[in-house]
Amino acid sequence: MSDIYYHERVVRQFTLATLLWGVVGMAVGVLLAAQMAWPALNFDIPWLTFSRLRPLHTNAVIFAFGGSALFATSYYIVQRTCRAPLFAPALAGFTFWGWQLVIVLAAITLPLGMTQSKEYAELIWPIDLLITVVWVCYGVVFFGTLVKRKIPHIYVANWFFASFIITVAILHVVNNLAVPVSLTESYPVFSGSVDAMTQWWYGHNAVGFFLTAAFLGMMYYFIPKQANRPVYSYRLSVVHFWALISIYMWAGPHHLHYTALPDWAQSLGMVFSLILLAPSWGGMINGMMTLSGAWHKLRTDPILKFMIVSLSFYGMSTFEGPMMSIKTVNALSHYTDWTIGHVHSGALGWVAFIVFGSLYNLIPKLYGKQGMYSTDLINLHFWVSTIGVVIYIASMWIAGVMQGLMWRSVNDDGTLTYAFIESIEATYPYYVMRFGGGVLFLLGMCIMIYNVYKTIASGEQARVDSTQPQTVVPRGAV
Amino acid sequence: MNHDVIEKNTGLMGVLIALVISVAGFAEIVPLMYQAQTTQPSPGVEPFPALQLAGRDVYVKEGCYNCHSQMIRPFVSERLRYGPPTAAGETVYERPFQWGSKRTGPDLARVGGRYTYEWHLAHLINPRDLVPESNMPGYPWLLDKTVDGELVERKMRTLKWLGDPYTQEQIDSAAQLTDGVSEMDALIAYLQYLGLSNNARGQQ
Repeated sequence: MSDIYYHERVVRQFTLATLLWGVVGMAVGVLLAAQMAWPALNFDIPWLTFSRLRPLHTNAVIFAFGGSALFATSYYIVQRTCRAPLFAPALAGFTFWGWQLVIVLAAITLPLGMTQSKEYAELIWPIDLLITVVWVCYGVVFFGTLVKRKIPHIYVANWFFASFIITVAILHVVNNLAVPVSLTESYPVFSGSVDAMTQWWYGHNAVGFFLTAAFLGMMYYFIPKQANRPVYSYRLSVVHFWALISIYMWAGPHHLHYTALPDWAQSLGMVFSLILLAPSWGGMINGMMTLSGAWHKLRTDPILKFMIVSLSFYGMSTFEGPMMSIKTVNALSHYTDWTIGHVHSGALGWVAFIVFGSLYNLIPKLYGKQGMYSTDLINLHFWVSTIGVVIYIASMWIAGVMQGLMWRSVNDDGTLTYAFIESIEATYPYYVMRFGGGVLFLLGMCIMIYNVYKTIASGEQARVDSTQPQTVVPRGAV
Repeated sequence: MNHDVIEKNTGLMGVLIALVISVAGFAEIVPLMYQAQTTQPSPGVEPFPALQLAGRDVYVKEGCYNCHSQMIRPFVSERLRYGPPTAAGETVYERPFQWGSKRTGPDLARVGGRYTYEWHLAHLINPRDLVPESNMPGYPWLLDKTVDGELVERKMRTLKWLGDPYTQEQIDSAAQLTDGVSEMDALIAYLQYLGLSNNARGQQ
């Protein structure tokens, strides 16, 4: 087996891109948070204005930061768990430059106001076509490598990556069906309610597959690696995988509760969102219990801390999500900053934390080092970001519940208690707090980049050649 | 059942994944394309006139939907604040739909006619001149940008091709009605039109 050569150049490229776009996407987020607290920071400059920059923030953190991390880790994992080099490595190289081009084009077009206005699908039609091409190439590389595998079983992490690649392709194509009217503008083939349902079928599953299934794939490789324990339950991984991917797709209508979407669709969305709790927690439990017999490692290993806390946030936000999908709760939470808090407990607490943990495990291997430059700095990063996330979501919870209560408050004489502007006035302190939480999280990201730089720049060499095959974690303990 | 069969066969796994994730879309989206509630316009609702269409595209371009919904929910408080609940039939000509997902600012579904042109103009140039506590950005540059009439005409032709019932007269006059109008005026025309087409607020 020592003759296997693993392609790592593209993994290194995507890893560094993850760090770059992470800091960019989070910095834009911090600017947006500041603009909500201090509107003068819009400066009356079109391309710096909140409403144009907000899609840039969401696209940058989801597709540039999260996407690059997924490309990096999926390419790394699929080679090792298949004991095969990447299929069509030149095509894999193309996916890197193609994806970076998509990101750069997004960073130019969105601030210029070129948008389709569908959330997380704002990019204009020529960029959508480019995404489709890159995505198909990604699928060819990934599935080609699976086909070439030297071991009979497809490892569980790859099930999740496979479902992510297939589903995102379908979601992207259907939700972006549009007729161009110019190079930068187009009209969707669906209108009104159909368009709304299609968008939130897409939008919810961008969360479900881009931000959940794929990152579970990352979790299923790096947590067993870092803990040096096999995955807790093979059977649980089978059951929760199929349940998760089939149920997630139904939950989209909970974004449209009490709207003009017909009631039958809203009810379906609510029921499936509630059921979704079970497979979500299945994944969390499988990850957490993988630490059985290794809990003491949490005392000394901040990388493992990142991973376990990410699962905790995953469990928390996948409990909060079904709760918010209950129509009576949603009546209060919808349209408020509670939703923003919920999204960030998932995006910062779960997605970003599992990325941090996985990359801290991966980077020394990619660059032939024994470990990260400084464990203390990883620990500092962990605490700074954890405090940042907690401040962020706590302030948005309070702000959201307060807004919901103020909007619905009616006096005894049947008039509204508050003008809308009073709810904005009352929210300012929480916008300032949220800005503080965001700054801390961004600071943590900068600490990581410094640590990575020192790691790569150091002359120390690892004992093993990372391009050689290593022991793959058994597929299950059963 | 033995999962081994699936996890040893890439093609089978791929096909099964594609199958289980496709069901929901067919069940939840396709019926809406055939349901009268979601496909038939409410009485009085018509496709956006040329200038309002141009204004809607300014609304989209500037990203207004990031902070403003256009979807009134059937609650007492929302009826008091914004007017009667939005019906699906009021949005059948919205491409893309503008229901929104966040209310950093108030809902705009029935904002038409609530404020004067002068109020909107001043407010869009600097919201804090009129509402000191507001955190909305200003959009003063809309005064300097103009609508491309020929593009509006092309847009209406495309929308007609997609099924929106524009008349030939409307399309022929679109360029003349909109060419050279400031984006500010187009946007205000759109805002002043919102919720008026079927006079739902009048029926309150």
